[in-house]
Amino acid sequence: MALLGRDLVCQQAVELVTAYLDDALSWRQRRRFEAHLRGCPNCSAYLEQMRATIATTGRIDPDSLDPEVRDELIKLFRRQHRR
Amino acid sequence: MIRDDDLLEQLRAGDDAAFATLVDTYHARLVRLARSIVTSREVAEEVVQETWLAVVRGIDRFEARSSLRTWLFHICINRARTTAGKESRTSPVDPQGPAADSGWFNNDGSWTSTVEPWPELVDDRIMAATLAEQAKHVIEELPPPQRQVVILRDVEGLTSAEVCHLLSITEANQRVLLHRGRTRIRSALNHELGGG
Repeated sequence: MALLGRDLVCQQAVELVTAYLDDALSWRQRRRFEAHLRGCPNCSAYLEQMRATIATTGRIDPDSLDPEVRDELIKLFRRQHRR
Repeated sequence: MIRDDDLLEQLRAGDDAAFATLVDTYHARLVRLARSIVTSREVAEEVVQETWLAVVRGIDRFEARSSLRTWLFHICINRARTTAGKESRTSPVDPQGPAADSGWFNNDGSWTSTVEPWPELVDDRIMAATLAEQAKHVIEELPPPQRQVVILRDVEGLTSAEVCHLLSITEANQRVLLHRGRTRIRSALNHELGGG
């Protein structure tokens, strides 16, 4: 992509990805970012990878809970409520 | 997903099935969160035990101005921070440079090599699970401030405002930490998927 005036370069666009996804860019920044993406398949692919990364992180399972710990906690709750 | 109102009412009535639901839903997640603040798994377990005790004692005073989940996280973070004490009082700002690898870009700021799109994961459950496992390992290795933000934002799905409030950090700081954490996870996944 040509470096015209205040156009973003890829390195700058990549640094703005998180702010873009959080909708935290100013109107002007957002326009520059989106204009860059339209002309740049690499940064477009990068943005999609970042979206897939977030989706993947959201799929992490919590570890299972030790049944003994679970029983202890429920006993604690019962004791507290008998007072 | 359980509704907060119903669950609260049952908890206040002393319904232990409701408490069991709460424990099943949150215990491991609270341990993961506490683990990003204190130094060991054992200490994290203790912090979460204390958290549950505080929850049991405080449930009548909980005013539902926040969700039950953020209330739990809030108690847990505070307990963990108290436990961690001065010894590990790290600044939430990571003293590092830009998030991206300097090798990614040429001097003019363009990519040194093509960014290959990842395959669609919707239909590939095994691959999706492998990648989630990979992401989990990367998160465990992140510097604590990044780890806390990534867990709360991307694993738990809290909003930016909620995370800033819970961790007492600014939006800008939160975004930098999130950006760095996500960048590292993305790099590991890209590697797993055969990219650079």
